Amino acid sequence: MTDELPRTSTASNAAGGDPYPAAGQPLLRIEGVTRTFGTFRAVDGVSLDIKAGEFFALLGPSGCGKTTLLRMLAGFEAPDEGRILLGGKDIAQALPHERPINMMFQNYALFPHLSVRDNIAFGLKRAGMPRAEIAIRVAEMVALVKLEGLEKRKPDQLSGGQRQRVALARALARRPQLLLLDEPLAALDKKLRESTQGELMELQRRLGMTFIIVTHDQEEAMTMADRIGVMKAGKLAQVASPRELYEAPRSRWIAEFVGDINLFDGESKLRDGHRLVIGTRDAGALVVAEPREPVGAGRLAVAIRPEKVKLSRRGPVSEAGRETAINRLDGVIADICYLGGTTTYKVKLDTGGTVQASVANSARIDVDAYSLNQHVVAWFTPDDCVVLPS
Amino acid sequence: MSSRRIFARPARFAAIAPYVWMVLFFMVPFAFVLKIGLSQTAIAQPPYDPVFDLTAGWDALRGAFAALSFDNFKLLVSDDIYVFAYVRSLTVAITATVLLLLIGYPIAYGMARLPRRWQAVAMVLVIVPFWTSFLIRIYAWINILQHDGLLNQILLALHLVSRPVVWLSTDSAMYIGIVYSYLPFMILPLYATLAKMEPVLEEAAGDLGAPPWQVFWLVTFPLSLPGVGAGVLLCFIPIVGEFVIPDLLAGSNSLMIGQTLWLEFFTNKDWPVASAAAIVLLVVLLVPLLLYERLQKRQLEHER
Repeated sequence: MTDELPRTSTASNAAGGDPYPAAGQPLLRIEGVTRTFGTFRAVDGVSLDIKAGEFFALLGPSGCGKTTLLRMLAGFEAPDEGRILLGGKDIAQALPHERPINMMFQNYALFPHLSVRDNIAFGLKRAGMPRAEIAIRVAEMVALVKLEGLEKRKPDQLSGGQRQRVALARALARRPQLLLLDEPLAALDKKLRESTQGELMELQRRLGMTFIIVTHDQEEAMTMADRIGVMKAGKLAQVASPRELYEAPRSRWIAEFVGDINLFDGESKLRDGHRLVIGTRDAGALVVAEPREPVGAGRLAVAIRPEKVKLSRRGPVSEAGRETAINRLDGVIADICYLGGTTTYKVKLDTGGTVQASVANSARIDVDAYSLNQHVVAWFTPDDCVVLPS
Repeated sequence: MSSRRIFARPARFAAIAPYVWMVLFFMVPFAFVLKIGLSQTAIAQPPYDPVFDLTAGWDALRGAFAALSFDNFKLLVSDDIYVFAYVRSLTVAITATVLLLLIGYPIAYGMARLPRRWQAVAMVLVIVPFWTSFLIRIYAWINILQHDGLLNQILLALHLVSRPVVWLSTDSAMYIGIVYSYLPFMILPLYATLAKMEPVLEEAAGDLGAPPWQVFWLVTFPLSLPGVGAGVLLCFIPIVGEFVIPDLLAGSNSLMIGQTLWLEFFTNKDWPVASAAAIVLLVVLLVPLLLYERLQKRQLEHER
């Protein structure tokens, strides 16, 4: 097992060209990139900076343009407008084989006529690496992805998980400045997917490489990435850390796309210091913390994550000082969804709407569990609310 | 258990069917031809000797068997005419197959990369010549290639030549005819393998640093080899025995084995030599067939 890979061997220069920028320095700059197919703007004026050593995820529903953007980085599509700068050099029009970027394909795209060893060595041979060095590098890669003993197998003699590892080893073998991963775990079953997520993160950290992953699975993006770019209809809707994306979504659409959320439409009523009172149709007046970016007067939505909604039989048991500002909603339990670690209760409010509350099952035998049609109070603090333009 | 037997029986019959077919329509006729090949020419009806007569009794049959000999096969090997005919057949077939591959591969590749709905159109265009009789199409080529034919008219009009070129009764005319006639048999299996191939494999090769020509040689071509093999066999084997095209389009100074067979059979009425020539041709053709099958088997075992 090789734990540390030398970063500046002659081979990496032969394969990659330029030396790596130090971690944290900008590696890739995407400037106003647009790609249209006919009249359809698949990618529409996207600008994005990615730092060396970053694990970046492009997240979005299918057809949002994330794969097209990735394919432009790999060189399979050329942008109609905009620049793609890698280490300061515009590569927007460079052909795939001229770029120090490698890609791990969605269904792996392993060469079926080549053995595991030859698949991994393919890129090294193209770079003109000497035979002896290729053998060493291939052995390194095989050890890295734990495929020892399978070097002579053909791809169709491997399991899905093994194929995924070969694809990863093949893409990493040239030590690219940037590794693109197109839905790399989509073909694996859930258990394997979760363990592989961890391995990918560990590998990325150990090699100090820059990864850009495309995924439609928000949990996968949240787990692995340092930063997430959410795409919608060809545009970047928000670029943020997983926590920021979840706790401070910038729009109603993002709030609903990432995780579960309760949304109450309403209008701003009055300001009380750092608090804002918003009158909602379904949940009455809600007190929220004043948002960082001022929201316009018109229609608003109050968003609250289900796990931040607490339930109790008689109302919040909390410090007297905060009591006035707490949002209390009376209702009855309308639906119970037991998920193992948590239970999601749907509460039908007396004011008309419903609110979802997710409660951790912290005890095995829970005598306090709520039952259907039980009267409860759902409550949450102003700081847990997010105000979004409607 | 009983239900399994009900289903097993028709399945077993289905498995036997190809063997019955082989025996009835290949092995039995082959035995006839082999027997004639071992006989001697005779001015009689049928024109060879001995004739197996099952009604004449056991001794007569034994005598007939004793009269069989390998004389015709010895003649085939010793007489230059036949050796040359075989060599020419193989040369023509190899040359034509290479030409077919060189012309057919780009066409098949182009077809496989067309948008889906255009692929169907291209497919029809490849097959459409079959709707006209083969013979009529070859006669059409005679028309095109003759002294004042279309080809010479075009060449003259474009001032590419100053005098009409002699095309008919040349090897060029024969190759034009063969390539034209067999092209669909080369294109279709190639197209089938190339269309099945995932274009993402070519992208992966490019991504790993292979310029386009390497992508072709290292990925596209090796993966299309089953199609190449099928196309080559589908063309090579019938071209070796080709009779009509060389007879109508090529000169008469060197004959292919198909023409020699025809001469022996119809003109010389020498059935035994014609039969022997046919059997040798079959053996010659079996060699590449077995070679191909062996290669495929090895590949299958490798994959397992």
